[in-house]
Amino acid sequence: MKQQVLVLYLASSALDSDVVGWSRYDGTGGTRPTTGDSDEPPYTTGLAALEDGWRLFQASQLLPPHPGHEYDTSFLKHEFFFEKLP
Amino acid sequence: MQTTKQLLTSVQVARFVAQGFLRLDGVVPRELNEEAIATLSTGIPEVPYGTPAAHAFPQDTFIPRLLALPAVAGALESLVGPAPTVDHHAVHVREPHEGTAQDLHADAIIDVRPDAFDVQLMYYPHEVTPAMGGTLSVPGSHLRRVNETDIGRVQNLRGQTRLTCPAGTVVLVHHGIWHGGRRNDTARRRFMYKIRFNPTVPQVRLWDTSDLHDPAVAAELGTTFPWYEQATARLEIHNRVLLWRALTGDDTFDIDHWVTRVSNRPALRSHT
Repeated sequence: MKQQVLVLYLASSALDSDVVGWSRYDGTGGTRPTTGDSDEPPYTTGLAALEDGWRLFQASQLLPPHPGHEYDTSFLKHEFFFEKLP
Repeated sequence: MQTTKQLLTSVQVARFVAQGFLRLDGVVPRELNEEAIATLSTGIPEVPYGTPAAHAFPQDTFIPRLLALPAVAGALESLVGPAPTVDHHAVHVREPHEGTAQDLHADAIIDVRPDAFDVQLMYYPHEVTPAMGGTLSVPGSHLRRVNETDIGRVQNLRGQTRLTCPAGTVVLVHHGIWHGGRRNDTARRRFMYKIRFNPTVPQVRLWDTSDLHDPAVAAELGTTFPWYEQATARLEIHNRVLLWRALTGDDTFDIDHWVTRVSNRPALRSHT
């Protein structure tokens, strides 16, 4: 079974919050998603992906900011990895 | 044709501080675009790092005339000041049916300067249609501290810009903007010519400041974008306030008390 991976970036650490970013990687080779290929997310929330059969296998940890860097911004914080095994 | 430089307004500079880019659609005349395409097709010589912009390019090429266009000259001076140096320049080509896009990235290396920024000029000498893979950019990403393609995992963000533009469009971007060349699905080569400028003067009130206290300035600086996480969006405003303070020399400027609140330490004041 080849793995399809969906990465959702959410508006907060809650899995049912809104999707603000997304990536797809298709181990079946059936599709070739790439950077900047769509303007609309595949799901509106992380929960909606679960409801459609995607299985969550990793969520970003909640890490406090390093002292002195509380106001720094960098990567999107709330990253959730899902998979399907078609 | 107007020949004097057109400085930006405070509202326009505030928009740049919030969004990380400034679009000048179709500002380059057709004959210059045609000359540029011919030149870019054959390649351009390198410029040594740090060459003053005024002396960096042969006068018989399109480049000095591009930089002298009033809208371009005025915008550049407003952001990096007079007499910037050229960091580097390059021709970027997206080949026909190339099949892949660039990873999302910020150029150069992670850059944490709080009171200075470089500007990159991106020039599109021909029309860019949706299928030609115009540059992907992410409004409001420029103050996020990332190192080059470390963000390559991210393919799409709500509110991203997939550039389409008329021929002769110039986009000026903050050095930190997240961007990437998209996949070109047409049979035509797509050119983009880029110059990175380094400032040589403090970037303080370099623009037309007659509208500095226009309420539209704060409105621009308070803009949020659909891809921002709820909490981090507040930090973005905080960080823009700090940059605006640096650019204006006004250490009292704030939006909704974001910076004032968290820097209020009466105990320290009582000892001075």
